[in-house]
Amino acid sequence: MTSRVLRSRRNTVIGIVLTAVMLFPVYWMINVSLTPQQDMRKSPPDLLPLHPTFTGYRAVLDDQLPYLWVSLLIGLGTVTLTLVLSAPAGYALAKLRPRGAGLLGLLLLIAQMVPGIVMAMGFYGIFLNLGIMNTWWGLVVADSTIAVPFGVMIFAAFMSGIPDELLSAAKVDGANLWRTFTAIVLPVSRNAVVTVSLFSFLWAWSDFVFANTLDAGGDMRPITLGIYKYIGNNNQEWNAIMATAVIASIPAAVLLVLAQRYVAAGVTAGAVKD
Amino acid sequence: MSTAHADDLHRSAATSRAPSEHADPPPAPSRRSRWVPRGSQLAAWAFLLPVVVYLGAFYAYPLYRNVDLSLRHYTVRSFVQGGAPFSGWDNFRQVIDNPTFSTALRNTMVFTLVSILFQYVLGLALAVFFHRGFRLAPTLRALFLIPWLLPLIVSASTWSWMFNSESGVVNYGLHLVGVGKVDWLTSPHWALTSVIIANIWIGIPFNLVILYSGLQNIPAELYEAASLDGATGWQQFRRITFPLLRPVSAITVLLGLIYTLKVFDLIWIMTRGGPGDSSTTLSTWSYRYGFGSLLPDFGPGAAVGNILILIALAFGLFYIRLQRSQPA
Repeated sequence: MTSRVLRSRRNTVIGIVLTAVMLFPVYWMINVSLTPQQDMRKSPPDLLPLHPTFTGYRAVLDDQLPYLWVSLLIGLGTVTLTLVLSAPAGYALAKLRPRGAGLLGLLLLIAQMVPGIVMAMGFYGIFLNLGIMNTWWGLVVADSTIAVPFGVMIFAAFMSGIPDELLSAAKVDGANLWRTFTAIVLPVSRNAVVTVSLFSFLWAWSDFVFANTLDAGGDMRPITLGIYKYIGNNNQEWNAIMATAVIASIPAAVLLVLAQRYVAAGVTAGAVKD
Repeated sequence: MSTAHADDLHRSAATSRAPSEHADPPPAPSRRSRWVPRGSQLAAWAFLLPVVVYLGAFYAYPLYRNVDLSLRHYTVRSFVQGGAPFSGWDNFRQVIDNPTFSTALRNTMVFTLVSILFQYVLGLALAVFFHRGFRLAPTLRALFLIPWLLPLIVSASTWSWMFNSESGVVNYGLHLVGVGKVDWLTSPHWALTSVIIANIWIGIPFNLVILYSGLQNIPAELYEAASLDGATGWQQFRRITFPLLRPVSAITVLLGLIYTLKVFDLIWIMTRGGPGDSSTTLSTWSYRYGFGSLLPDFGPGAAVGNILILIALAFGLFYIRLQRSQPA
């Protein structure tokens, strides 16, 4: 069956070429982040970072570190809020199914279709009136709107796969609903917890619309605004911009390496990314 | 609650790695069976209460505020202090009479449809390719997810620099094959094309992953039988893959539509909708009204936003109908 082996090898080569083409912009981001500023406008551009410089990354350390911490904080806050809200709701929708649950499911589906810019404008007025503009936790609330409907759907989909016998057994043993939920349903749903956490973190980390409308003026601004500020500067230092972009991409990379299968499952579970 | 499709896709993704998890999908009626006695309705709603309150406070209320914004004549002062006069459909009329409206609507449609077309075709081609299964296929398929996972501002700024007229690598590549300089982001003829190209790049992984999981649900025996009958690869694709993939394709395309209609970050960061209105879509136009200048004009901005919601909802309802008509 040598022809088969050959074909498989040929496919691997084609696959590597296709992946290289697809990831070229990512490579280019890294390449530019290492290019000295004086070579930035050289023609032709250096295709390889032969004279790498880390001044871009030093600029990140000097300017952007606070933004990164804020993003981390907002990301973790969003994950917590999303899990707390969506896991019990998913359980109720999947297993308890009270009257009216169908309508709620429909509303959650529709909620995912609302454009972020519309939400941002609504939040802007509310935040202004409440005086909570430019707070990190205000941004957590706003960012969670991207993730909560998705979280409920994932939990509901996952928890409907838990055998009813398992839950009845707990009931026979005298566990009430809350105890059943915390002691059995949640531990069994670890995969769903990971999936929802990963996506809510990533979406909060990547958010630009809410940050730029609701948190553009405070001391606690996220990294997306750090990049935006760099781009807006007149003397655009592209190695610093791209170095920040590389750093801002780290969570996505970590996620892919550590939790690849959850990512694929999350995408497939009908995510509408905002 | 219609998680039928989400459930189904989730399960199909799950079975590919852990068949034991969902080895026995329960028949439809038993999924609805209650192991809880009917008396515990209240307890069930207690689990839902946080989300219900949340939806009211952080979805319904902002949306209400948005509708209110679009029906009143706001100034910066009345925006802060309240008391803006009711102005009926004035904001909508003003927006629709604005020459930018038809441009933005046209750009939104072109941006969405062209993006979807290419994302779907390329995503499907890649899914079929990876479905062949070869060494490194799973790793390479995972790497393909990267563009979709990157923060949009990262992708947008990277593409901005790649599309730079003087020093961008895209123009350098074109130069190598003998094509002259293209002003990707600064020419009104090319700006929309540029953001579409970047958006296609971002959306391919989403299409690839969903379509790939759909392919895994097509029984391998069908292909074996077909190749025994002497069907070529292309015939197999036309007679088996494409027809059997139609439900998954429909969901992919509709989800893509709903998502692409909303795209804002990418366009705003790359071109700000310019030059002129050449890459302005409804979402960037709405933002420009509300936040694009020092003098915010929230009324018309909200009106544009609400028109955008209506369009998204039209596709959304279509999606929900489609999803419900599918066997779970």
